[in-house]
Amino acid sequence: MAERYYQKDMECASREEMVALQNERLVAQVKHVWDNVPYYRKKMEEKGVTPDDIKGIEDLHKLPFLTKDDLREAYPYGLLAKPLADCVRIQSTSGTTGKRVVAFYTQHDVDLWEDCCARAIVAAGGTNEDVCQVAYGYGLFTGGPGMNGGSHKVGCLTLPMSSGNTDRQLQFMTDLGATIICCTPSYAEYLAESIHERGLRDQIKLKAGIFGAEAWSEEMRHDIEAQLGLKAYDIYGLTETSGPGVAFECSEQTGMHINEDHFIAEIIDPDTLEVLPEGSQGELVFTSITKEAFPLLRYRTKDITVLSREKCSCGRTLVKMHKPMGRSDDMLIVKGVNVFPSQIEAVLLENGYPANYQIVVDRVNHSDTIEVLVEMTPEIFSDSLGHITEMEKELVSALKAMLGIYAKVRLVEPKSIARSEGKAVRVIDKRKI
Amino acid sequence: MAIKQITVFLENRAGRLLEITQLLADNKIDLRALNIAETTDYGLLRIIADDTEKALTVLKENGAIATTTDVLAVAVPNVSGGLNTLLRVLANANVDVSYMYSIFGHADENAYMILQLAEADEVVALLQKNDIIVATEEKLGIN
Ligand SMILES: [Zn+2]
Repeated sequence: MAERYYQKDMECASREEMVALQNERLVAQVKHVWDNVPYYRKKMEEKGVTPDDIKGIEDLHKLPFLTKDDLREAYPYGLLAKPLADCVRIQSTSGTTGKRVVAFYTQHDVDLWEDCCARAIVAAGGTNEDVCQVAYGYGLFTGGPGMNGGSHKVGCLTLPMSSGNTDRQLQFMTDLGATIICCTPSYAEYLAESIHERGLRDQIKLKAGIFGAEAWSEEMRHDIEAQLGLKAYDIYGLTETSGPGVAFECSEQTGMHINEDHFIAEIIDPDTLEVLPEGSQGELVFTSITKEAFPLLRYRTKDITVLSREKCSCGRTLVKMHKPMGRSDDMLIVKGVNVFPSQIEAVLLENGYPANYQIVVDRVNHSDTIEVLVEMTPEIFSDSLGHITEMEKELVSALKAMLGIYAKVRLVEPKSIARSEGKAVRVIDKRKI
Repeated sequence: MAIKQITVFLENRAGRLLEITQLLADNKIDLRALNIAETTDYGLLRIIADDTEKALTVLKENGAIATTTDVLAVAVPNVSGGLNTLLRVLANANVDVSYMYSIFGHADENAYMILQLAEADEVVALLQKNDIIVATEEKLGIN
């Protein structure tokens, strides 16, 4: 079957066409924020930059960065670039780690956002023949509204389920023959389990799932695909930049195409803030070049990833981002190598250990050491010292394969890993103490 | 003829063994045998308790990781070279012993050893054919 696109002229544009479009849109966007957002104008003035300095994407590096702290400081209206009369919607982050971030949308912003989500649905094989069950939360969270709008644009019959109420989800899924499911990967796993328990597997018609809003591993993908009999697609987005659909996966499943006609992506070193050459691993930075109400220039996502311009078999020319390896806040540098707790967690889960672990980094004789404390469980425990030692060795090699450096494993008793306020302390860096 | 041994995961830290033995003592559980196999980071505490079920429950309720394994308690004549007779019988029959340790005190004139090995049933027959006593749980006062 030939690959289908929602907006082929953009998704398959030549690099020259795309750069020309980005240049034009960036110049206009910089002028727009300069004229309309005093907060931005001040930041630019502090850095000695005016809109005249920005002639195209090669000048992007001259602009100041924007972080979540800026968004909190400017809450609620400080970064608004359009009169409230022109705005039709807000979405917001969960605010679990501090003050909420509120993003504003004009009707045009909503429209372009829904286009991005529609591209993701079409890339996952969606057409107007499909029944698309949206089981992301609806409300302030961007997942439900974004995918709902995208599904409408594609012409799918949209089931606006929102999250939770598994019995009702399964009833609609079977009665109305849902063919596409959009939800978080952990909820997809939960649905798969519930389907198995209720013996509904042969009544499920799902062919594709679009899963995002949380980190998930390749193992989880294979697991969900096998259990639900569908193809699982990744989708990426941030409330700050619009919501899901900033980047989406195609049938090749080797990374997510970034909608470059709306977002310019850069990779920077999170410590030096220097822009890194193509193919480097670093922090992802986005500049939204079409947003009217809430444009962000050089917004630091804190997500660590790699961009790739290798030719994709789907025909799209949009740059691809690797599934984020972790958050720059969590990144540890051990023996000069970047280590993310999420990588260690993935290895533990793959090898049948609980995700309750602690990483201890230290410096002994001028050399970094890393030790992973893992809680023993009744399932892996046995009377054989040889068996336990063997499992430990396997875990050490799996960690070495993932991290590229030797990490010592120490098996500890259950509940012995220190917790503070109910939350486990994942990393102890003794080099900083 | 097999008797139940309890194996407990033991983190290598000062006082951890005492915490376990104190917990068992507080619950009026007597130990018939005890052994520790260890690596640099952790150990396996192996015990024969007078009440296996109760010991297991108490340990698990207190967050310890424990499992049971079938082992044999074999009599060794309390004379010089007494152990050699047993080991020779096993060696001649190519029986591989994973580990062994001794039981506290004496149920009779013999000393008793705990043996962990594969194909225990066949070994029991072999030992009995060679007039070596394999003790039952009753004989050792185990419930
Ligand atoms: Zn592709």
